[in-house]
Amino acid sequence: MDVITFHYTISPDDFTRAGEASSDVKSKLKKMGVTPEAVRKVAIAMYEGEINMVIHAKGGEITVHISTERIEMVLEDVGPGIPDIDLAMQAGYSTAPDAVRSLGFGAGMGLPNMKKYSDEMEIHTVIGEGTTIRMVVNL
Amino acid sequence: MTIRELIDTGEFETIHVGERTDRSITKPFCCDLLSIAMGKAPEGCAWVTVMGNMNTLAVASLTDAACVILAEGVAPDEAAKQKAIEQNITVMKTGLPIFEAALLIEKRLSHEDA
Repeated sequence: MDVITFHYTISPDDFTRAGEASSDVKSKLKKMGVTPEAVRKVAIAMYEGEINMVIHAKGGEITVHISTERIEMVLEDVGPGIPDIDLAMQAGYSTAPDAVRSLGFGAGMGLPNMKKYSDEMEIHTVIGEGTTIRMVVNL
Repeated sequence: MTIRELIDTGEFETIHVGERTDRSITKPFCCDLLSIAMGKAPEGCAWVTVMGNMNTLAVASLTDAACVILAEGVAPDEAAKQKAIEQNITVMKTGLPIFEAALLIEKRLSHEDA
């Protein structure tokens, strides 16, 4: 089975470009004829991850693997890591700075939304080294 | 009601006319926190908000909102206007408060059903 892979580099602290990678994946999936529901799930899950990388992790790398059965997103950063994943997964918990909140982010819904819109999600995090999140949306 | 029909009501000032204006509006949606809108904005909604920055447009595009209506006299900044053009999303504005703007859309939509 063929797998198509796309790779994106996410710039740190650049809210003017945040979301470009997710938008690009969204338009590619649409062109491939992926169902609107799956496209929406991927777009939301990936955008939340992308925004998290911009806010918390000095950017990072996103790799998207697309097959006929699933879409897998791997988000890798070399940020500060997540000290308490259970706490971070709670809706409403956020450590986003005020400047980010004034843009309308920082409601503490990023990780919960990523979990809600993906069919599988795994988080590997090491304090001071970085975080890798793998999400899958089944087709 | 389609996006085009909403534009043609003249109730709101048009800032950018995007693609697929023949698309039906499903319902109005009110939210100013992008993180919440990201998870909750219904597909095809007319999203009424006071957040006039480019991230609003990114969220509108990713959640497949039909259009964005900026309330309370908020105007999009230059980056947001560019994003509207890039993403081809219809953006309108109004001096009305969020609730009243959304109510106006809701009345038009429920009038259709009647």
